[in-house]
Amino acid sequence: MATSEKLVITSNINGEERTFLADSRDSLLEALRERVNLKGVKEGCNNGNCGACAVILNGRLVNSCCVMAAEVEGATIETVEGLATPEGLAPLQQCFLEEAALQCGICTPGFLMSSTALLRENPAPTDDEVRFWLAGNLCRCTGYDKIILAVQAAAEQMRAPKK
Amino acid sequence: MVATPEKPAYKVIGTRPVRPDGVDKVTGRAAYGADVVLEGMLFGSILRAPHAHARIKRIDTSKALALPGVKAVVTNADFPAQESGTLDLGEGSANPKWLVDNVLAGDKTLYHGHAVAAVAATDWHIAEEALGLIEVEYEPLPFVIDVREAMLGTAPILHHDLRTNVRARGVDTPKDRETNIAMHMRIEKGDIAAGFAEADIVIEREFTTSQFHQGYIEPQNGTAYWNQDGQITVWTSTQGSFSVRDQMAALLAQPVAKIKVVPMEIGGGFGGKIPVYLEPVAAILSKKTGRPVKMWMPREAVFQATGPTSATWNRVKIGAKKDGTLVAADLELCYAAGAYPGSAVGAGVLCALAPYNLANQRIDGYDVVTNTPKTAAYRAPGAPASEYAVEAVVDEIARALDIDPMEMRLKNAPEEGTTGSTGAPWPRIGAKAVITAIKESPHYNSELQGEDVGRGVALGFWFNGGMESSSSAMVNPDGSISLILGSTDIGGTRASLAMQLAESLGVSYEDIKPQVVDTDSVGYTAVTGGSRTTFAGGWVAYELGQEIRKRLVERAARIWGVEPSAVTYGDNGVITGMDKDGKAQQFTFDEICKRLPSTGGHIAVSVTSRKNTTGPAYAGHIADVKVDRETGKVTVLRYTAVQDVGTAIHPAYVEGQIQGGAAQGIGMALQEEYWYDDQGRLRNGSFLDYRMPVANDLPPIEVILVEVPNPGHPYGVRGVGEAPIVPPMAAIRNALRDAIGVNFYHTPVTPTRILDELLPRE
Ligand code: FES
Ligand code: FES
Repeated sequence: MATSEKLVITSNINGEERTFLADSRDSLLEALRERVNLKGVKEGCNNGNCGACAVILNGRLVNSCCVMAAEVEGATIETVEGLATPEGLAPLQQCFLEEAALQCGICTPGFLMSSTALLRENPAPTDDEVRFWLAGNLCRCTGYDKIILAVQAAAEQMRAPKK
Repeated sequence: MVATPEKPAYKVIGTRPVRPDGVDKVTGRAAYGADVVLEGMLFGSILRAPHAHARIKRIDTSKALALPGVKAVVTNADFPAQESGTLDLGEGSANPKWLVDNVLAGDKTLYHGHAVAAVAATDWHIAEEALGLIEVEYEPLPFVIDVREAMLGTAPILHHDLRTNVRARGVDTPKDRETNIAMHMRIEKGDIAAGFAEADIVIEREFTTSQFHQGYIEPQNGTAYWNQDGQITVWTSTQGSFSVRDQMAALLAQPVAKIKVVPMEIGGGFGGKIPVYLEPVAAILSKKTGRPVKMWMPREAVFQATGPTSATWNRVKIGAKKDGTLVAADLELCYAAGAYPGSAVGAGVLCALAPYNLANQRIDGYDVVTNTPKTAAYRAPGAPASEYAVEAVVDEIARALDIDPMEMRLKNAPEEGTTGSTGAPWPRIGAKAVITAIKESPHYNSELQGEDVGRGVALGFWFNGGMESSSSAMVNPDGSISLILGSTDIGGTRASLAMQLAESLGVSYEDIKPQVVDTDSVGYTAVTGGSRTTFAGGWVAYELGQEIRKRLVERAARIWGVEPSAVTYGDNGVITGMDKDGKAQQFTFDEICKRLPSTGGHIAVSVTSRKNTTGPAYAGHIADVKVDRETGKVTVLRYTAVQDVGTAIHPAYVEGQIQGGAAQGIGMALQEEYWYDDQGRLRNGSFLDYRMPVANDLPPIEVILVEVPNPGHPYGVRGVGEAPIVPPMAAIRNALRDAIGVNFYHTPVTPTRILDELLPRE
């Protein structure tokens, strides 16, 4: 049994410096949800198999349930809560809504973070590339079709020259 | 989309607006059950049994209680004693005695992972640590996992008070003997002996299906607060808040007035989020500690202890004439209920032959307890296993007679007025329309290309549910309407119900503000399940609309000083008439709403209604597969799902339901199953080892919507969600036969099973 120790952790979360108290046994998922109260990070399995807890840590897509909170001192973390701006939803968020890419919505934050990471790396993926990249995210409701359409619609919008 | 000519021109129905809860769900703000935060909240955790079957000889909780931070430990003994009885759960029923013993085991644990004790502590790490300090002394008992073995007279017995007198085809349990058979049912129509005598060909096969899990991504959760005044509030992710309330009332021996259930957003259910697991435990822990207690289930426990579907064994014998006419069928269906009686074998029996107009039939069904988790409803509960077996045999008959499989199905299709297995005549149904749409589809008419590729088809049937729903609507002075719903929203029903209210009033979708509320704030509403919500809730929305129209007409009449009969409500929401001076007058919807406060007050209406005019759903799927002979891997190359949806209220959500159901069915066909070791322990309780389809396991799922409106619904709604999970197992199995010449009799057909068939031959 790991011993319990209180840790004071400071990291940049969604562009803001946040300092929080965590337990040394906390995963990043637990710390984000229960200590920082970012409940948009979802738990589906707590062992790296569903992607519901996906966040972007120092620019890399990770399953937050497989990272210890103790590792994120000084890190930069992006969660679903940071995608929208005061101007409105991010293109991926808007396209998920318009393409009906969610039913229950529990997988949606994870898919949005994975897709964000995908489109940063590959702004013009093929459908097969999208399916391959998103294979770490489980959705039990949609059969994935509309998610793929939404990601492609967002990719297209994001590629369009800014007016 | 294939539409029947009588479909009216709707303004809102058939459009694809964004759902009202959408923004919260893409920004992470939507609050699901596990997101509840209450001041002073404790965290609960559950200790689970390591054996398949064991007597609990002793539980010592003292060391756990002594751990700093632990506030309470509870066992079955902390629940009020329960008598046997029947409790209606909406999609099935339960005996409260069995329900409480499933929530926390009584004197025996009946499956690996059965809950034994629960802890509440100030932190979830402490609660977990405390579980390791609870001492339980078990006496392991002989166990039985397989449904056929469990039916034998020599099988280990789960419940010593269970008696079922059966004398049918090799099953012989006298009424005074202990048994694991909890129920036997038989339905018969016509004369099967005469039917088989007419047949030119008779095929009889035995099939087995594995246990499948609903696989919702959100684990079960529950938070409860037992207030000092005896009021109990429960926050949970559930398909039915009233069902949770009623189960809680029974298990805690409290009047329903003491219990309020607040439905949080729900991360998938598929039938599995109807029974309670954690909520009553959280309530008892809260009572003991005086603090709110939140619980959520680890994924492994979700697999071990929440309702999967039945493992089944089914024998199907069907006779046909040379021209393909089916003349007789004789079926035997054995469904494992898990640890407590109550599998979905009843629906399995009633659905098995529903895709066919078959004069002579007999179906025996058995509900059998086994040392596996108590099954729960799973999308078209009971139907996939029995229809899979029938669709496989029908395919073999078509092949033997060299008849096109869809042609043969069309020849035997039921239609309005023909009778189903119970002898009751069908209302208007879309079986023939679906079969025809398949025959005419681009997919069915395309060429298959390549080696080891094959095509299969199968039909699927589901009744669709009716039952009770309630809603209220408040008309606001700005012309908007607050729509208060009792149905929890799993996949877009706020939108589909708001659309039906908008249609009924001739206003726009954006004017309706739907909201799902707690059990103290709306009338009784049955579970979101059985594909009933858009049907039954839609009826209520329509009736609310009619009542609002009537009240607005009365108001206009009062303002104009005339009788209501002289005033008309137009389908565009404009009210017209003459005032008492004979002058033509009109109000738009917005104008009359603005006048409400000053002309007699606001309008609020409520409707509770129960309709049994459901419209059954028929589906047909086409699957193209390719088999890799080296690895046994099956690739689904192309997949098309055709379904009679009555009327597609929100076509994108209808397609989504069909795609999601098909994806789950493909998982059952090829890759999902429970694995037990020789000690009866579940070995694959994780998403890694219980392999649900991911995005690159699946092709795009093409959807063809057929719309044969249900005459029993104001907008022709049938219900959509469940039928699409029925055909895939057989469609893929039949495609595999086409691809590699092998008939499989077990599902899932994993790569190992494919190689088992291919290797000895090569
Ligand atoms: S919760 Fe982290 S991958 Fe499932
Ligand atoms: S929308 Fe429910 S799991 Fe993806």
